[in-house]
Amino acid sequence: MTAQQIIFILIALFTLGSAVMVVTTRNLVHAALWLVSTLFGVAAVYALLNANFIAVVQVVIYIGAIAILFIFAVMLTRKDMRDAGPQINKNWWAGVLVSLLVFGGLVYMLREWSGFTKTASELPPGFDSIGLLGEALVSPNAYVLPFEVASVLLLAALVGAVYVAFNPRAGNSDK
Amino acid sequence: MSFWNDPLKVAADWLEGVFTGWGMNADAAHVLVAFLGVFLLIAILMVIDIFLVWVERKVVARFQDRLGPNRVGPFGLIQPFADIIKLIIKEDTTPGNADKVVYNLAPILSMMSVLILWAVVPLAPVMLGTDLNVGALFLIAAGAIGTLSIIMAGWASNNKFALIGGFRQVAVMVSFEIPMLTVLMIPVIFAESMNMNAIIAAQSTWYFLISPLGALIFLVAAIAELGRAPFDLAEGESELVSGFNIEYSGMKFGMFYAGELLHAFTFGGFWAILFFGGYRFLGLEQVSPFLAILILIIKAMLGYWVIMWVKYTMMRIRIDQMLAFNWKFLTPLAFALLLVTALMNALLASAPAWLYTLGMILANIVTGWIAIEIARSATRSEREHIEGGKKPAEAHH
Amino acid sequence: MSEWIYVALFIVVGLVIPIGAIAAGFIFGPKKPNPVKESTYECGIEPVGPAWIQFKAQYYIFALVFLVFDVEAVFLFPWAVKLGHLGLYAVIEGIIFVTILVVGLVYTWRKGMLEWA
Repeated sequence: MTAQQIIFILIALFTLGSAVMVVTTRNLVHAALWLVSTLFGVAAVYALLNANFIAVVQVVIYIGAIAILFIFAVMLTRKDMRDAGPQINKNWWAGVLVSLLVFGGLVYMLREWSGFTKTASELPPGFDSIGLLGEALVSPNAYVLPFEVASVLLLAALVGAVYVAFNPRAGNSDK
Repeated sequence: MSFWNDPLKVAADWLEGVFTGWGMNADAAHVLVAFLGVFLLIAILMVIDIFLVWVERKVVARFQDRLGPNRVGPFGLIQPFADIIKLIIKEDTTPGNADKVVYNLAPILSMMSVLILWAVVPLAPVMLGTDLNVGALFLIAAGAIGTLSIIMAGWASNNKFALIGGFRQVAVMVSFEIPMLTVLMIPVIFAESMNMNAIIAAQSTWYFLISPLGALIFLVAAIAELGRAPFDLAEGESELVSGFNIEYSGMKFGMFYAGELLHAFTFGGFWAILFFGGYRFLGLEQVSPFLAILILIIKAMLGYWVIMWVKYTMMRIRIDQMLAFNWKFLTPLAFALLLVTALMNALLASAPAWLYTLGMILANIVTGWIAIEIARSATRSEREHIEGGKKPAEAHH
Repeated sequence: MSEWIYVALFIVVGLVIPIGAIAAGFIFGPKKPNPVKESTYECGIEPVGPAWIQFKAQYYIFALVFLVFDVEAVFLFPWAVKLGHLGLYAVIEGIIFVTILVVGLVYTWRKGMLEWA
């Protein structure tokens, strides 16, 4: 095993452990913080794959914006931070069955895939991944339409959020 | 290659030789030497941080027509060490209702988010730090962890002042991140890279001279990100007592305090790197890396001094005014400036350097002037609306 | 990848040093807790009600608007890197991209959602 594979396994265990904590902890803010550590683990995996831009964007967007949004949402909606109800409902066996089937299917499909033993190779010197991405985003024969549509999508998200939150009586109570 | 020209590489090669001589794997030796280098850099930063306490107290005293610390040692220089001993031997109280783990994690993350910023700071032409090709975004990513630490501190303290202070501060920090991200793109456009080294290497003329408005917006957004006056809602002594760090004492409070000072100094450094050429000054940086580091520290100190100057001159702004200022003025202005800069950059691509610089400065001045005129007419109509038709001359009395 | 080793080292050392400082305070400081000392500070009076209160919706709106513009800025960074090579059409594409989102900002503004009511 190379050092890179050991690092990957450690990061993967950290990410999965955090993800398990997200769904098992009873405190909602703790769940949000565990989610942050899960997302940080994912960012570390991107870094391991030499995807610098995606790794940093993962931290900027998911930890810097979405986690904050989650914590605000928790503080906004819940008076009680602790969830006292049962954590699993009576259909838990069906969930276990489906997830085992899916996992087994994936293992079966990937049993002959050679990627398990591969490690990410170093990028060739002078390889400008961000520049290539920038070119692809605005080039007419690449992704210029998705690029502009992304803007429309963001606009729709913003307008939708504002419309849902808009209260014409404006009877907002303070804090 | 002598020690004087490239001290870091000479020392690192020597140490690696020593470690491999002990029978260590070459890669492991490399990582160990890197670890020692990082440890040394951060230890030096912490020593600088201790002196920043003294600098801050001395400067604020001058702004407020006082003397500042002047009893312990020459010019009070030993004072910060006395402060540290005091912080260490103070009792560390944790509120009984606090969420213990999150409460203790918050000051550690706060300090860490500042220290990792130095991973992308180029100190000298031969000490480039981490040559990350996403350096500019790394700045924001580290800031995201800082934001998180404040929300953790505010929430975990289980105190109303802390929670309100933390939430207000986080709302301000995330809001001002938009203008900061936007103007961060201006040096990126000029240098055609997000790499901090490339941004410095491309600055034969300071970007402050090409985009003064961008430098100004970055400074304002940085002050908000730092949570210093006029944007120090997190603390807000007069209404929230101490804000998000109200329940912290001893060294945990010390971490927030030291983190804030070092953060301000670091942003002074980033302001220097992005808009004032970093370690470059009249070619002196080529003489010796020690001189280059000195130039960077002096520039960072000047940036820090400007931040202090603003802090001790301005009053605190209310949260509604602050968010309105950001979303209704600073963010549209930053977007307008970005687009104008991009447009001018394309139009003047083949122009000579002097014309390019002149065009950019004019574009900046015109953009800023239009923005201020729009803001002025908007505030005038709002004032007339509030005063209900009173003449402005009478309203002054 | 090799750059990230340095970043990882910075993260490790950046965690170790504050932990060390706080541990020093823990070792050398007195430890005499009592219930009064551990009570929540509320300007000297007994705390009234829980601190983990429900917050106003405005924070959520600002966080949402921020999220949208954060994603937008991230899209623009690769565009900004290559702008010098791409010529005028890329600039115009960027202008269209930003303008569409500024419409959203204006809508939010008009609906009064940027007011701290």
